[in-house]
Amino acid sequence: MLPKKRFSVRRLPGFAVIAIACFTLLYAPIMILVVYSFNAGSSIAVWEGFSWQWYSAAWDNEMVQSATFNSLVIAIQASLYATVLATMAALGTTRTKPYRGQTAIYTMINQPLMVPEIVTAVALLICFAVIKQLTDYQGLMYLVIAHTAFCIPFAYLPIRARLEGMDRALETAAADLYATPWRSFRQVTLPLMWPGILAGSMLAFVISLDDVVITEFVKSAGQDTLPTYMLGQLRRVITPEMHAISTVLLVVSVVIVSVIFILNRSKN
Amino acid sequence: MGSTVATSVIDVSKTFGQDKDQVTALDRVSVDIRENEFFTLLGPSGCGKTTLLRLIAGFEHPSGGKILLHGEEISHLPPFKRPVNTVFQSYALFPHITVSENIGFGLSMQDKPANEIKETVAAMLKLVQMESLADRRTDQISGGQQQRVALARALAPHPKVLLLDEPLSALDYKLRKEMQIELKTLQHETGITFIFVTHDQEEALTMSDRVAVMNQGRILQVGTPKEIYDHPAERFVADFIGDTNFLAADLNQSDNGRMMVTLPGGRTVETTQSDFPGAGKVNITIRPEQASLINGPSAADLSGTINNVVYSGNDTHVHVMLESDEPFVVRVQNRGAQSAQWESGQAVGIKLEPGSVQVLQD
Repeated sequence: MLPKKRFSVRRLPGFAVIAIACFTLLYAPIMILVVYSFNAGSSIAVWEGFSWQWYSAAWDNEMVQSATFNSLVIAIQASLYATVLATMAALGTTRTKPYRGQTAIYTMINQPLMVPEIVTAVALLICFAVIKQLTDYQGLMYLVIAHTAFCIPFAYLPIRARLEGMDRALETAAADLYATPWRSFRQVTLPLMWPGILAGSMLAFVISLDDVVITEFVKSAGQDTLPTYMLGQLRRVITPEMHAISTVLLVVSVVIVSVIFILNRSKN
Repeated sequence: MGSTVATSVIDVSKTFGQDKDQVTALDRVSVDIRENEFFTLLGPSGCGKTTLLRLIAGFEHPSGGKILLHGEEISHLPPFKRPVNTVFQSYALFPHITVSENIGFGLSMQDKPANEIKETVAAMLKLVQMESLADRRTDQISGGQQQRVALARALAPHPKVLLLDEPLSALDYKLRKEMQIELKTLQHETGITFIFVTHDQEEALTMSDRVAVMNQGRILQVGTPKEIYDHPAERFVADFIGDTNFLAADLNQSDNGRMMVTLPGGRTVETTQSDFPGAGKVNITIRPEQASLINGPSAADLSGTINNVVYSGNDTHVHVMLESDEPFVVRVQNRGAQSAQWESGQAVGIKLEPGSVQVLQD
């Protein structure tokens, strides 16, 4: 008996055309951005030959340096804190006996994915304004806290997925083989959830690095991150320096996303 | 001599859920498992056998009753404080460490010295013939090999009791047969008490010193495989283990004090059983291989008409409709022409072997 031919969307007329159009729309602007970051001239539309000059210009720009520094300080701290909190949340929602309100907790953890970012931004702005008045503290911690908050669900989801995919019998077996709950966690659960933790933290890092809206609202004067600095520059004059910074950000993101992909593939 | 009790289960109950949704998994179960014994918990799925195993391991805690290990109560101890190890149905091997590290896991959690761990792991690898794969990861070995590693891992800390939760169910038929023999040998060699859970009656009869037949959260009968097979106490036990015939009969005490069973059709046979439900209407069971077919009703214990002859390789199952309108199956060995002479529609007599009539409690 011949196997029944399965329906394939690929055989629909126009499928290839639509697919190519979509990919072009997605990637052509990015390719143009990357190409023009190597432009020798200062025009963003006329190609005048290959050069690294905009990369070195960006590298030497003190404003860019300070914005990059801020971005990294915030992203590293926020992704670290968010990952620790997300790991605890993931353990609390998968490794406990089912309790009332578990779904509510789950929804609350993922709140930043559902509430419009602008609402969170305004809320944080108001909240931090009050604290600023009371404490007189003006530092980067506000941004770190804000970023930690919206990074939690991004770190939480891969960690939770990893824990849910793990055979519960493994932890039972560890307990059966004389491992106390702590040693069972250290020797079995943690090593097995580690790829999820790494993936979660990297995702959080990329999300933090990329944020504009909340940062723009929460930052004080002189606390520009790379994205908000770029936004500020674009309002004045666009030079290929922006292209160069964007390209670097793109490369960093692609590398991190690739690492996450590889980590997730090593699951089995 | 060999009668020291390894594990006592005393009046243990286990319920899951609350109020309306409450499910009773075990209902006041009591059983003594002897030291150095291959003990099997046998029953259909959902009968509570795995729950009982998990209670002994400490993964669940009893709702009532207690569990003793060598006379000491362990019901309240967490699993990591019980000198009992488990071979899981899914094996539950740790995927992030090697075969050797898996086997040594229990010992290292007990903080045994490194050289002792090394020695024991080497001995265990030898015992289950896995020396050549010691440094493999557990996802790089076959199902049968994983099974051996799971066994070695559970045996390495030398537990007082080894619990096995349907460990052979994932293996194919041939490998399962091999492992049955191997497990039995291993139990003899190590001298560890094995508590084995299975739903496979053949497996239970082949491997066990004693079997407990369970159904609906209760233990119905405990005995050697022969006792369980030859003298099932209840209808469920007789039916679950092997093929059998059920008949309605009368039980009476004769003048000289012997217990006589009156079969359908009027013949009486003596029973030497000592556990009686009391005189009157009873159910009896007779194994198909303990009856034989004869021509004519004169010397027969039962008589009827053949309505089906089913050939099944080394024997033939002859289905007879008795005059009392009850079906009865006789198993005839396929030697020479013995089975060829029986055909549908033929009137036959059935002769029972002495002692083949088993009176049931229910």
